[in-house]
Amino acid sequence: MNAIEINGIVKKFGQLVAVDGISFNVEKGEIFGFLGPNGAGKTTTINILCTLLLPTSGKASVNGFDVVRERRQVQRSIGLVFQDPTLDDYLTAEQNLRFHAYAYGVPRDVREKRMTELLELMELNDRRRSRVSTYSGGMKRRLEVARGLLHHPQVLFLDEPTLGLDPQTRRHIWDYITTLRKQENLSILMTTHYMDEAEYCDRIAVIDHGKIVALDTPTRLKDSVGGDVVSLQADNQEQALIELKESFKLSPVVQNGMVSFSVPRSDVFLPEFLRSFRSGIRSISVRRPTLDDVFLKLTGRAIREQEAGAWEQMRRMMGAMNR
Amino acid sequence: MGTDEKNDGGDEPMKIAEQWRGIWVIAYRDLLRFTGDRIRLVSALAMPIIFLVIFGAGFNNVIGQLAPGIDFMKFVYPGIIAMTVLNSSLMSGLSIVWDREFGFLREVLVAPLSRGSVVAGKIVGSAVISLAQGIIMLVIAPIVDVRLTAMLVLKLVPVLLIISISISALGILIASRMRSQQGFQLVMMVLLMPMTFLSGVMFPVNNVPVWMEVISKVNPLTYGVDAVRQLFLAVQPLPAGIPAGIPMPSAIGVTVFGRTMGVLDDTLVVAGLGILLLIMAVVTFSRQE
Repeated sequence: MNAIEINGIVKKFGQLVAVDGISFNVEKGEIFGFLGPNGAGKTTTINILCTLLLPTSGKASVNGFDVVRERRQVQRSIGLVFQDPTLDDYLTAEQNLRFHAYAYGVPRDVREKRMTELLELMELNDRRRSRVSTYSGGMKRRLEVARGLLHHPQVLFLDEPTLGLDPQTRRHIWDYITTLRKQENLSILMTTHYMDEAEYCDRIAVIDHGKIVALDTPTRLKDSVGGDVVSLQADNQEQALIELKESFKLSPVVQNGMVSFSVPRSDVFLPEFLRSFRSGIRSISVRRPTLDDVFLKLTGRAIREQEAGAWEQMRRMMGAMNR
Repeated sequence: MGTDEKNDGGDEPMKIAEQWRGIWVIAYRDLLRFTGDRIRLVSALAMPIIFLVIFGAGFNNVIGQLAPGIDFMKFVYPGIIAMTVLNSSLMSGLSIVWDREFGFLREVLVAPLSRGSVVAGKIVGSAVISLAQGIIMLVIAPIVDVRLTAMLVLKLVPVLLIISISISALGILIASRMRSQQGFQLVMMVLLMPMTFLSGVMFPVNNVPVWMEVISKVNPLTYGVDAVRQLFLAVQPLPAGIPAGIPMPSAIGVTVFGRTMGVLDDTLVVAGLGILLLIMAVVTFSRQE
């Protein structure tokens, strides 16, 4: 049995098709990533899986339970860390965790032990009796992660778990999550648009306009770009482009004022290329492809270019959802 | 992880114990918040006391006795107690809107709790808090020269609870459809404030213009206020020469189709309406995604 099975899920908000027939499985113990710009349908899919939204059509199950017909069992199986805070600021960390434990029916002896264990892990134990309103953003997020794990969920949903946090805190949270995953054989479904975080995933689904456009391991996704990415700045970009296309049979693109293209083996390609390239080169660099390049190649756009517009779309969607 | 039982609503039939757990955990959190929030406690009591002091002192000399032995202060004080409970109960609705805005509602909605038990928990928490506030208001009774007896307090508890449950259900019903605090505040202003003022808190609703009398008598709050007031007035000492045990003078009590309502009548009206509102609140709250 897979941790998550999704089959042809569609979600419409009025005219807007937020999720357009998504299908995939997440295996037990796997970290599965959703990669895509805001408004691509990542959060909507997660909301359907955690029973907050009903799908317009399609089937989905979590931990073997149907998300429409067996909601209660689904709810018991999952832990959630949302991108927006869902803590009660007026209560202390301890009280927030107790509320959660009561709501999920965690037995008393397990509860106190588990609370201390998680608070220590998240380095919040010395502040457990402080009101959450006195916490920093990073502390709140860590508390949310602790809370999401309190009732021993089988599947953990992380919706942008580290959005807006500083790199050090992000690093921390990831250390915890990977440790816990090993300890408890958790399956994790996460969304992010930090590319370095996506590297933690065993597999990644690239999602755009409510559809999955690619699904593979991070390494193979990057390999699909075609080797190494070479970026160069030429004295005459136009001329360089033409020469790259005609003499080297490459397909260069212009991005941020740089001409870039990919080659299977840059160590073999570059010496020969530098000898025979006739346009003047001001600078040249080589790097391994990132998931940004993957997204660019699959959709023709960079993930981040879209953000402003996508934010608006997202807000409208949330509005529609609430209505 | 129990049975594979399913039903169409998406909720497995829950064990009674689990329903209780849901009610308890939601009420527990509201009580925790209330006891941790002294500002809210003070502000909840400040308004009725200010009302009482200003209106009571201001009108007491002008209006004189409304019935033998009943001056304006004695008339308005029970009304203010009822109003304290009304306002406090409506807060349960506001707290749902608040939770929605600040995200905590999601934590509640993804938890394995039935929506019905969430609503019930909110109402239980709200009823306990409202009752506590109503009882605290009794402390000022000696100051305004209102007599209290143990029996009165004992009878007051169930009546205040019933009022609170009904009004909490109304608050949750409104909140289930509200997305912002501003929206909820607007409803409070245009609907609930007039309802409060036209419920006989400040003046008897019998010898008033017809339009006002009609609104007052279809207003459920009127009956809650009347029940509380009758309980109080029944134990106030009468001046010498007036025989005890006469029915409430119609100048003060609420008369519907020629029948002067008693405490029991009033309470039944409020309870009946409360059950209706409760069902509507559960249905509406469960329907939202």
